[in-house]
Amino acid sequence: MDLLTFVRGPGMQWAAAIFVVGILWRLVGILLLRGKKDLSEPRKPGWRGLRLLALRSWPRKEFLGGTAFGEIMGYTFHIGFFVALLFYLPHILFFEDVAKGLIGVNFKQVFGVGWPYLPGGAVYFFSAISVAALFAVLIHRIASPVKRMLSNFDDYFSWFVTIAPIATGMLAFSHFGGPYPTLLGLHLASVELLMIWFPFGKLMHAFTIFLARGTQGVTFERKGASL
Amino acid sequence: MSAGNTTIERPLVDKQGQMPEAQRTANAMKAFAQDFGRTASIYLESCIHCGMCAEACHFYEVTGDPKYTPVWKLEPFKQAYKREHGPFALFYRAFNLKARVTEGELEQWQHLLYDSCTVCGRCSLMCPMGIDIAGLISNARHGMAQAGLAPKELREAADRGSAPKDFKDRISRLAAEHGVDIPVDKTKADILCTVSSTEIEQYPKSIVATARIMKRLGANWTFRSDGYQANNFGLLAGDAQRQKEASMKLIEAAIACGAKTLILPECGHAYGALRWMGANLYGKPLPFKVLHISEFLADSMRSGKLKLKRLGKSVTFHDPCQSSRRGGVIDAPREVLAALGTELKEMFPTKGTNWCCGGGGGVVDIRRADALRHKVFHLKMNQIDETGAELAVTSCTDCRKTFDDGQARFKWDKSMNSLVELVANNLIEA
Repeated sequence: MDLLTFVRGPGMQWAAAIFVVGILWRLVGILLLRGKKDLSEPRKPGWRGLRLLALRSWPRKEFLGGTAFGEIMGYTFHIGFFVALLFYLPHILFFEDVAKGLIGVNFKQVFGVGWPYLPGGAVYFFSAISVAALFAVLIHRIASPVKRMLSNFDDYFSWFVTIAPIATGMLAFSHFGGPYPTLLGLHLASVELLMIWFPFGKLMHAFTIFLARGTQGVTFERKGASL
Repeated sequence: MSAGNTTIERPLVDKQGQMPEAQRTANAMKAFAQDFGRTASIYLESCIHCGMCAEACHFYEVTGDPKYTPVWKLEPFKQAYKREHGPFALFYRAFNLKARVTEGELEQWQHLLYDSCTVCGRCSLMCPMGIDIAGLISNARHGMAQAGLAPKELREAADRGSAPKDFKDRISRLAAEHGVDIPVDKTKADILCTVSSTEIEQYPKSIVATARIMKRLGANWTFRSDGYQANNFGLLAGDAQRQKEASMKLIEAAIACGAKTLILPECGHAYGALRWMGANLYGKPLPFKVLHISEFLADSMRSGKLKLKRLGKSVTFHDPCQSSRRGGVIDAPREVLAALGTELKEMFPTKGTNWCCGGGGGVVDIRRADALRHKVFHLKMNQIDETGAELAVTSCTDCRKTFDDGQARFKWDKSMNSLVELVANNLIEA
């Protein structure tokens, strides 16, 4: 079995299984722990604190000075990554296939319009921006004494599995560095690596960010504390 | 990465009790694990090591030392969580991916968890993930206290508790000295007032001021010698049992005299300890209202029961972290200052993001932390000087103590004033 056949077949199936089961395992492991009911008399309804989900997406002006670089670079690579993931036609066709296999319909049948996509050149541009921003955050992680001290294997490996699918996707798109089937195989392999690592490391913040912000928001709001 | 991989300048370490290393670390982790509800787990699972919390911490701000990064102060406990309790703990243990926390690491972290953290919660507002880092620091202190690794000043104060007879004697002397009635141990009262031990030791005029205000209001109130001390060294040391004992004394005293309202003194952490933690320690909702004295004053002014002379001065207000940022008492003291006819000149930052004075969380009582605390105090002096206000006011005796100490140390030309004393000195008699 060659690389492309493997990553399109059993590789993808195993990666998807580990991705889904791992995420569920970690989330259930957190959410099944006992929650303590707060018996204090609330000052305000706690649910209003769910606005923290949006509010914490940008720091207060008092905190912006020292964090602006991290915030801007963080947003830049996330946006580039998701534009490439969600608005590149071959990705959309792949998701259509998956959706059709799972629920028997495609987006157009559900929403009346097809998933919008961007020209390949535009996606390539966004990918390049994302790669540049990822290198900037890596350099910052190594250069900043605070971030360097906090960093462990998870930080560097998560960085690698994030940048690898973008970089290999760009190579495959431009047919640069080898035969297309090999480049596509590497691209899919890097995606599968990301999927396999996702539940175990910090990439899970894609889920826990909502849990943590929501928890702090509700807990603090019922006290009338600052958000 | 193991928490032990980074060199931390070893400060003096306080230890209580004789126990083998394995016992000490097991106690620490057991007590920390007892706090592992869903909330703590969500927070511990969410850190992305962005380091942004450093920018919110006054100890990092003034030293630039990365070890003061708030989330780093939790490192041994994060490590222990992953190894012992997280959803993938089995893998971490099987492949030794996270090393077991050692007694040496815990000893090193005593400086980070106590001397250089006021639990002010500014970092919790900075964290882009929404982690309540300050809340986790309190959990970690539980572990340290159980391991016999709390600073001796906090440990001793928590063990000392309150002294009813001394309190009664002190109050009767104050009443005689100042010519004011101060009721103690009434069997029935609508309002139970409480004090901070810092008021008894350093600011007794605040107790007299409270009595004068209550008299002016014609309130049916009392102090109780069986439940008077609102500040809670059990909370600061991390001793959950001592914390509960101290809170239960107040709760039982309020119930004993049938109080409808319990008023907490000018003390930030006393507010958090009873207003937000009291019912959870009691096991059911409290059968009385709990108010910070600035809330009580604001209520009294709103209802027209209390009228004040106008000061006609400019003031700036220092928000105590535990009652303001983390407790929600932000507007009440400002309403009182407005009723005093003052021009409020806010610091920048202020209210929820105000810089801590550096003395909270018990830090002002830890002697070996003085040098670092004094460095931090420059932030406050600069903030207050920049407002150009004539008066600086706060509503926390530990903040006031920190300011008075800083003023003496740096020969600063500003004094910190008590909101309650300011009100008592400007009452309009009926």
